[in-house]
Amino acid sequence: MTEASLIGLFVATVSFGALLYLAALGELLAEKAGVLNLGVEGMMAIGAVTAFIVGVEFKNPWAALLVAMLSGAILASVHGFFTVGLGAEQVVSGLSLTILGLGLAAYLGKDYVGLPPGAELVPVEWAGFSDLPWVGPIFFNQAPIVYLALLMGIAVSFVLSSTRLGLALRAAGESASSTDSAGHSVLGLRLSAVAAGGALAGASGAYLTLSITPQWAEGLTAGRGWIAVALVIFGAWRPGRVGIGALIFGGTLALKTRLQPFGVDFSPIILSMLPYVLTLAILLIISIQARKRPSPAPFGLGLPYRREER
Amino acid sequence: MNILAGVYRPDNGELKIHGQPHQFRNPADALNAGIGMVHQEFRLIPSFSVAENVILGSAARVLRNKQVELEVSELAERFGLKVDPSQPLWQLSMGERQKVEILKILWRNAQVLILDEPTTVLTPSEVDELGEILTKMAEDGRSIIFISHKLHEVSGICDEATVLRQGKTVASALPIESTDQRELAQLMVGTSASTADRPEPNTPGGPLLELDRLSALGDRGLEAFSNLTFQVNAGEIVGIAGVAGNGQRELADVIAGLRPSTAGSLSMNGSDITEASPQFRFKSGLAYIPEDRLGVGLAPRLSITDNAILRVYRQQRRGPFILAEKALAYCKDIVQRFGVRSADLDGPIAALSGGNLQRLLVGRELDGQPSVIVASQPTRGLDVQGVKAIQELLIEQRNSGVAVIMISEDLDELLTIADRLLVMESGLIRGEFDPRTASRDEVGMAMLSDGQATTGI
Repeated sequence: MTEASLIGLFVATVSFGALLYLAALGELLAEKAGVLNLGVEGMMAIGAVTAFIVGVEFKNPWAALLVAMLSGAILASVHGFFTVGLGAEQVVSGLSLTILGLGLAAYLGKDYVGLPPGAELVPVEWAGFSDLPWVGPIFFNQAPIVYLALLMGIAVSFVLSSTRLGLALRAAGESASSTDSAGHSVLGLRLSAVAAGGALAGASGAYLTLSITPQWAEGLTAGRGWIAVALVIFGAWRPGRVGIGALIFGGTLALKTRLQPFGVDFSPIILSMLPYVLTLAILLIISIQARKRPSPAPFGLGLPYRREER
Repeated sequence: MNILAGVYRPDNGELKIHGQPHQFRNPADALNAGIGMVHQEFRLIPSFSVAENVILGSAARVLRNKQVELEVSELAERFGLKVDPSQPLWQLSMGERQKVEILKILWRNAQVLILDEPTTVLTPSEVDELGEILTKMAEDGRSIIFISHKLHEVSGICDEATVLRQGKTVASALPIESTDQRELAQLMVGTSASTADRPEPNTPGGPLLELDRLSALGDRGLEAFSNLTFQVNAGEIVGIAGVAGNGQRELADVIAGLRPSTAGSLSMNGSDITEASPQFRFKSGLAYIPEDRLGVGLAPRLSITDNAILRVYRQQRRGPFILAEKALAYCKDIVQRFGVRSADLDGPIAALSGGNLQRLLVGRELDGQPSVIVASQPTRGLDVQGVKAIQELLIEQRNSGVAVIMISEDLDELLTIADRLLVMESGLIRGEFDPRTASRDEVGMAMLSDGQATTGI
């Protein structure tokens, strides 16, 4: 194992970590407001394909990112309309969203499979830092979306903990009726949280086609949306812990393709199970602790709200 | 009260605040107009801190947590409410949570506070503390509406009283200092002594159901009732009178086996059933007519037939399969014998009217020829005809030697059909009366006075 390949592993860990973090932050926002959205995989796929198409057609990576976020938000709003607006079952609607998103992405992208990318988000050079040994390439020579992910993490954390909006949003996820009687619009809060979550999932997808891969092929997201969903549980619905989890899970993704070159005889399939095994372990810990303290899961997660007209 | 707080909308009439007419579309409107309500079920978020719960309705755009906590604790201190604003709410006792509810309203600077039965979740020392807090708020120039059915609380805390009975004001703005507790009790229970239609007396047999120092906890982990000792004999109806929420529901649940008892024993036909399963109790002759008909008694979305055979489906089966024809025949039998009016026996039971629902439920429970019947509020919400039918069924059972416990809030009903009357208050038996000779006043005092007055035996 050479030093270069080890640095390569860490570089990939951070970049996969950022990819997962963006999507997981989006899911966290929606779940904090009380809406489980299992459509992350579909929203990522839509973000990936629209970003790629806009890149090829207009050669502007930032426009591509913006369009990806918009598409993610629109797709998420479909879920919001059914679950928040009509009170539909969130699991069913979310699963449908994944299938719809994957199918729609395959359809939209069928003429773009294998094309060279029209626009890429190239790694940012931080003068003076990027040349440092180890930390330089790992932290200071990444694609701009990595820094976006970090920024979003700080922003989401701040909004949730120290603003009126965040307080109301968390309240909507805990007890919709209390939130309503305090004069906040549960409908508005939940719809915007779901849409914002969709935008972040779209950005995560865009990162794939604008930087990591950067190409379009059907099935490009490869289950990473599901890892993001698991990540929210793993991080106990806290933006900071989800960030740490993103690095761990990102590490398993990075390691998967590098096992053989390192000469380790270990099945990559077992490695891809790791995020889910870890999540199950966390769930176990949460339920053991639940005897002493309430679960960190939003209490109203998955429960539709309709004001009682008594 | 829910109209004042903006939860319900009035059908007619007018609400004036400082002489201005107001109309509320929701609770937020009412709060903005200065009216806040502490509901019996708290509207709090367990995972939030005390401060977060308090400010939820009106927070600054950006929160400085330390400063918010400071402001909340200053407000709390002003009115003598002892709570730690940074503590997560789930760690608080019910009494402390109530203080948070009150703080929420004070935070919005409401001038009128409505407290709906605030003392039911409190321990006696917490009740005293609440009284002091309310006095401080009144001294601060706020108006407080204190809803209670406990006379000593009303006379201890309030300045004047308004008595409501069956949706009507029977007395308003009585100055407490010059009003006797007995007078209040009289106003609350009314004086319409109806002795009509009393059933023929029956000579009761031996005891069928015996409670010996039985105790149990309520849903919130507080004691619901304790040390209850009484027996119900064959061929008598024992009425349990009392204002709702004094342990009657829990008592019925414990007898039916739906709630564990914490001490004491319960026996039926001479054998101990304290630990027996509901199924076993049913098989040995206990019938239960629960207060919550559609929730506990019946399954709302199942068909009438399915509901009819819920208790006895084991008799209508071959192997693992229910025999549809046999089930239907059984259901038709009950429907006919107990006069359930229904078009479609395969339709959901929730489509039935209240009276027909209760007939089916009572029919199902009485069909097994029980020896003991526990009926919790069996006539509540029924029309005159339904009430009469159910009462007649219970009397008929009594005459054939069944022991009946009837829990009801309707004192007139109990005075008419019960053979013996026990008054339950705060989980204790506050008196035993003979309905033929008891005076309403005495029963009323026992129901309302929290053991502060002497009760006749």
